[in-house]
Parts: sequence; structure tokens; C-alpha cells
Amino acid sequence: MLSRLAAPRTGGMLALAVVIALLPLVLSNKYFYDIAVLVGLNAIVCVGLNLLIGYAGQISLGHAGFFGAGAYGSAILASRYGWPPLAAMLATTLAVAALAFLVGRPILRLKGHYLAMATLGLGIIIFMVITTEDRFTGGPDGISVVPLSIGGFVLQGERLWYWVVGALLLLAVWLALNLIESPAGRALRALHSSEVGAEVVGINAAEHKLMVFVISAVFASIAGSLAAHYSGFVTPGKAAFLHSIELVTMVVFGGMASTFGAVVGAAVLTTLPQLLTVFEDYEMMVFGAVMMGTMIFLPRGVVPSVARLFRARRREPADHAETRR
Amino acid sequence: MNLLRVEGLSKKFGGVNAVEDLSFDIRPGSVYSIIGPNGAGKTTLLNLLTGVYQPSAGSIALGDHDLTGRAPYEYARQGIARTFQNLQVFFNMSALENVMVGRYMQERCGLASALLRTPRLARAERACREEAAELLCYVGLQDYLSAGADAMPYGALKRLEIARALATKPRLMLLDEPAAGLNPTEALELDGLIGRLTGRGVTVVLVEHNMRLVMGVSDHILVLDYGRKLAEGPALAVRNNPKVIEAYLGSSAAQDASIGEAIAGAVTMAAEMHR
Amino acid sequence: MSAQFMQYLLTGLTVGAIYALVALGFSIIFNASHVINFAQGEFVMIGGMTTVTLTAAGLPYLLAIPLAIAAAALVGLALEKFAVEPARGASVITLIIITIGASIFLRGLAMVIWDKRFHALKPFTGDTPIAIGGATVLPQSLWVIGVTLAIVLALSWFFGRTLLGKAMLATSHNRLAAQLVGINVRMVLFLSFGLSAALGAVAGILIAPITTTSYDVGVMLGLKGFASAILGGLGSGVGAVVGGLVLGIAETMSAGYISSAYKDAIAFVIILAVLFFMPSGLFGKRGSERV
Repeated sequence: MLSRLAAPRTGGMLALAVVIALLPLVLSNKYFYDIAVLVGLNAIVCVGLNLLIGYAGQISLGHAGFFGAGAYGSAILASRYGWPPLAAMLATTLAVAALAFLVGRPILRLKGHYLAMATLGLGIIIFMVITTEDRFTGGPDGISVVPLSIGGFVLQGERLWYWVVGALLLLAVWLALNLIESPAGRALRALHSSEVGAEVVGINAAEHKLMVFVISAVFASIAGSLAAHYSGFVTPGKAAFLHSIELVTMVVFGGMASTFGAVVGAAVLTTLPQLLTVFEDYEMMVFGAVMMGTMIFLPRGVVPSVARLFRARRREPADHAETRR
Repeated sequence: MNLLRVEGLSKKFGGVNAVEDLSFDIRPGSVYSIIGPNGAGKTTLLNLLTGVYQPSAGSIALGDHDLTGRAPYEYARQGIARTFQNLQVFFNMSALENVMVGRYMQERCGLASALLRTPRLARAERACREEAAELLCYVGLQDYLSAGADAMPYGALKRLEIARALATKPRLMLLDEPAAGLNPTEALELDGLIGRLTGRGVTVVLVEHNMRLVMGVSDHILVLDYGRKLAEGPALAVRNNPKVIEAYLGSSAAQDASIGEAIAGAVTMAAEMHR
Repeated sequence: MSAQFMQYLLTGLTVGAIYALVALGFSIIFNASHVINFAQGEFVMIGGMTTVTLTAAGLPYLLAIPLAIAAAALVGLALEKFAVEPARGASVITLIIITIGASIFLRGLAMVIWDKRFHALKPFTGDTPIAIGGATVLPQSLWVIGVTLAIVLALSWFFGRTLLGKAMLATSHNRLAAQLVGINVRMVLFLSFGLSAALGAVAGILIAPITTTSYDVGVMLGLKGFASAILGGLGSGVGAVVGGLVLGIAETMSAGYISSAYKDAIAFVIILAVLFFMPSGLFGKRGSERV
């Protein structure tokens, strides 16, 4: 029985590893590799964001702010001040974690739409600081970023990045799965369902919300730093409200409270705009319509809906986790 | 030595006194029941005794620890557990996981070991799972070992809350209307369950409308009316107290019971619909 | 009071009145359905842009404005019918994404129908500035403030005195109870979207002569309207108006006295500061949770 319960974890990890290993067989050119890298980076953000939204039930409409802060922190320290990229990334990550820790406590006391507003506001403030402080950030025009170098080795080229991001995504998924199946992870899911129910068994709800908020900000920040080094250029758009929305949509589209759902959501919604370019002027309309349509017809998201089909007869207790709101 | 000491406890909502100047002590190992008509402030009192509400005045102490003004999780960490009249089950989890959450205080570990799933944590998790399964069996839920909480009937959910509360290894267990919405057979089984709890050394506070249950298991009874203490004492004495008979068990007792049942029925129905 | 202060105050009131109208739209829909309609800003855009097109086609304001409001209201009704109604019972976050999807869709549609340029609308009654207390004010500003005031009065009459208004209010307090006394809550929900859209369109038409309008004018106005509604306390009509005016004035003052670079950020700084101390906004309900 125990091995069966553990199956979704190990089985899922294995499946993801196989997909990452075999994908290059169909990635026939650099452009496809490029999209795959972007998918991987977004997926890392979404795996973290899903811990916050899907598992702990705390909405954030401002996570692009943390992504942008990570990207610009790395860009400024490494490119303007000549820090070694890894040191810049570490310092940036710590700074973003500290920011999330400081603002998280008052923000996470809020609930529902008030929390949505506060996180949205936080994201917009970060965005505006980035656009306005052009002495450091280059303003709306953006800033170029040096490539990621470790020791003397320079990490360049889509193919190399693909393997690095693939490995990091696996690591992110592994960490997230571990957390969810730990006492702390159960505490998060518990407070999602009933905060008072969680408190009366000894769970400090505020502390756990803050913890997962900081973790999700760190995931976003690291992905932002990597994205900056990978593309060699950042613009404020990476921190904008619309990017926050895209990230949340990926999480919900894939399926809340499903780590693999977050990966699937990131994959689909990162690839979709590339496909939609064929619609030219109608691109935006189609994107909006797809967003509406999937949420209307698959409100639980893709992965849980599919899993539900497979599980129609026999219920597996370990991984059934759907939101009841 | 008393386990729980409450002094001058009051709670105001707006201008209304939901609980007013209550003082009482609970002896360890006893079953202490709180009864009174609907709206007498019983659930408010339980919410005060678990930190869910903050008192307007007065103090609450468990053993030597003054808990007044603390958060609910701090009450839990001192050994107070409870169930809810309006179920607070974690519907997004399995029955087993609900009980595992109850083991949180013993299981709690650092963030790093949670993220890396250290072998020690993995072992602790296995033990936790087994203990949770045992507890489910203990409250009679052996048929739901692999069920999702959202697929369980109302009566089973009430037991699930008891199992979850027990998992915290409490010194004091507060049961908020455990018999409400249960069928007579299920209600009868509660007597035995409460007896087994005290047998384990757990002190029980029981808020209940079902007089058969209250009179059968209680050592001590507190009668509330409009948030105030109407009577308090050993079960037999309270039962024969003329004030109590008049206000609560007397001429209107039959009526009260039928209203209580009607409400319990409605709650069950609402819960079924909710599912 | 210095002339400069007066100037900022009047400008702030004008901007704030627009925020208030948008915030009222948020509140009306929230009350009827507990949905936050992130497409509210698009109604503002549709109102302004449609009026631009109709007047360019030679229609007088008296005809163009009602038609533009009607067009926005129709879009609002369609949004309820085809996007919100089918998703009944979905989670808060799912509904947020649906309405954001709708706003992206509408913006994309506007880009196709119109273009990406800015369009100016002729002021209703000329553009000769009027002097008030040392400050000058555009006649259009007076239109904005006056019409907003009239709408607020009309709405308070509607919700306080008419049967339909009371039905909408009752639904917001207790949907099930409203249904039990025979109120058609589906119709209330439907109408609330139409009404909110009309309010948004009015805001868009009023402000277009001052700030110009374009396909994406709804993004910021929508977010600030949401901020105003939250600041006042979601669902509170008075709160929405006060929230809008406070944000409008604070924004103009800080842009004038401190720095205009962060003008758009001020609204969000204020909202964060207020929410830290008053988690339900200025006039929001503060009920303790029942368990």
C-alpha cells in the first residue's frame, strides 16, 4: 500500500525526467529549444506559485514583480557593477526573500479579493520602480545582461541552457513535492480548507502562509535571474501586471494543487502565444478567448480534470486534492 | 489541582453580552458538560476556551499557563483540542491525511528537512501514517482508511474531527454538539467513545443538546442562560435543581428537544446539500 | 488655501470622480454576484471609443452618447450571459481569470475594430477655462463632477426607493433569502452587469475630452477603480465614491507636490498602507468569522 501511495510522486518525477530527456528528439532547431527553455523557466515560477495559490489557497496577482526583481537584481549587479553572476544571483535571491518576508506578514493577513488587490498593488509598485529608476534599470527600454558564467565557463547557447533549465525544473518539482508531503505541506493544505481547523491542532497559520509566500517569491526570483542571463536582455514587461496574470493563469489552467499541472500549464500557455502569432492582429482576442474558454469549461484545470477521468472508479487518497470553494 | 480555570470571562459582540462574567474550574479526568438553550453562548464559550475568540474580560488558564489573549494554535500547543459544531474538516484531503494533520505538533520539522525529505522525516511520516490509521480505527472509521473526506457521510465526518483532535494528544478535549445530526445508533456509540477518552486520561468538555447523552456521561454540568451561569454542579444536583428544571428541562423541555432535533435535521440536510 | 492647492484639488476631484464611477461598477457587480469584474475598465474604453466613432460619423452628442452607453451595456450583458453565468460556482480565482480573459479579449477586439492610436473627443461645452478661487478649471471637469454627483444621487434613489433597486440590494445581502421571497436573482445578476457597464461607459465618455482615449485606456482605469472600491470597502456604495475621490485627490496632490514620476504608483501605495491597518477597507464589513 505504501509503495502505491508513493507512486504519484516517484512516477511523476520519472515521467517528467523522461519527457525532458526525450524532448530534444523533436526539437529540430534553435527556435524550438528557445521556447523549451522559456517553458522551463515559467514552469519553475509556476511550481512555486502553485504552492502558494493551489496548496495554501493564497492568491497572488503580483508574482511577476518578484520575477522582475530577480531579473533586474541580477542584471544590475552583474552587468552594471560587474559582480560574478552567481554571487549577483545569490544576493538578489536573498534580497527578494527579505522583501517577501517583510511585506508578506501584513499582506497575508488579508483574505480573498483584498489579498488579490494587495499583491496586485505590490507587483505594480515593483514594476513602476523598475520603469522609473532608469539610472539603474534603463527604464522602459530595458537593460542588457552579461551571460551566466561560472568560474571561467560561460553558459551560452539554447541547447546548453535547455539541459540546465531542465535539471533545475526537476529539482524545483522534487522540492515542491517533498514539501507538500511533509507536515508543513499538510499544514498548508489544511489552512487552505479551514484556517481555524488548522489552528486548533497547533498550526500557526500566519507563519506557514509567510513561509510559502517567501518560497514562491524565491522560485520566481531565481527564474527571473536565469531568464535575464539567458536572453541577455530584460525589459520592465517581465515585471508587469499582465505577466503576473499569465503566471496565475498557467497555474490555474494546469490545475490548482497539482505540481505537474503547473508544469503543464506553463508549457501550454508559453507555447500558445507562439502559435497564435499566425492570427496576427487577432492574437490578443484569441488569447483572451482561450483564457475564458478553458476556465469556463475546465474550471479545475487540465491535469485534475484528466486525472479525475482516470480515477472515476477507484479513488486514490494520496494525491486527490482539489479546491472546494 | 484544577486542569482548566476560568475567571470572570466575558465576551461582547457589539453591545450584546454573549458570555458574561463566567467563572468555573474543570477537574482533570472528568466529563464536564455545558448545556443551555440555543443562543445561550455555549459555542461562544468554546471559541473563547480555544482562542478562536478573544475575551472582552476575564482570564483562562490551563494548569499553570495563563492562556488569555493567546492565538488558537497556542491553546492547542498547551494541550487543548476541539471539534466543531459546523464541521471544520479539511475536505481537500483524505480522511487519513486529516488525522495526520492532527499529528502536526509532534511531527513538525524544519523547512530544510521538509524540502529535502530527509530519511528521518520519511521514517517519521510512515509512523505518523500508521498512527493516524490506528486512530481512525479507534473512532470506528476503519471503513474510510482510503476515503477522501469529501466522500464521507456526516456522521463519519464528526468522528473524523474527533480522531483529528485526539491525534494532537490533548489533555483537554472540547466536543461541540457531537451528537447533533447523528442517528440514534450513532449517538449511542458516543457514550462509549467519551468513556474511552476519559479512560485514556483525557478530560472532556461536552456541549450538547442530547440530554440522554449529557446525563449519562457527565460528572459535572454547567447550565448557561443568556451567557450567564444559571447553575453548576454535579450532574445529579443540576438535574434536580428547580431553577434548571424550570428554565430548561421543565415544561418547555419537550418543545426544546423537538426544536433541537429540527435544527439538527436541517444542519444535516444543509451539509448533505453542501457536498 | 493657495491657488495651486485649489488647482490640484479640482483636478483631483475630476480624476477621483471617474475612479468613483468605475469603483461603483465594481461594487454593483460584486454585490450581485461576488465576482470582481476585471473587465470593468474595458467598459470605460468602449464608452469613449464608441462615442469617438459615432461623433466622427456626424452624430450629435445627444444621440452618440446614449448609443455608446447602450453599446457598453450590451457588452456587459453579453459578458454576464456568456462568460460569468456559465461559470457559476467556480472559485474566486477562476472567475478572476475569466474576467481578465474577457478584458484581454475586448481589448484585442477594440484593437481590431479601431486602432492603437489616441483619439480626442470634443469637450461637451467648449474649452474656455473657468476661474475658481485662483485656479482654472475646464468646463469638461465641471461636467465630470456634476454628472458623477447626479449619478450618485440617482443610484441612491434607485437602491433606496425603487423595488428593483431594493431587490438588488436584498440579493447582495442574502442571495438565498432573496430567492425565497421571489426575487429573480439571475435577472438581478444580469442587470447588475448592464448597469455597471453603463456606469463605466459614462466615465469613459466624460473623461475622453480631457485625457483622450485609446484601446488600452481601460487597463489603468480599471485597476484604479478596483483599488478605489477596495479602499472604500468592497460592496459599499459610499465607500466606492469616497475611495475614488480619496485616490484621485491623493494622486494629484502627490504628483504636484512630490514627484509626477510615481503618479500611477501612489494609488497602490495608499491602498497597501490602508489595508495594512484596515484589512476590510474604510467602510468594509468587519464581521468576525463564525465557526
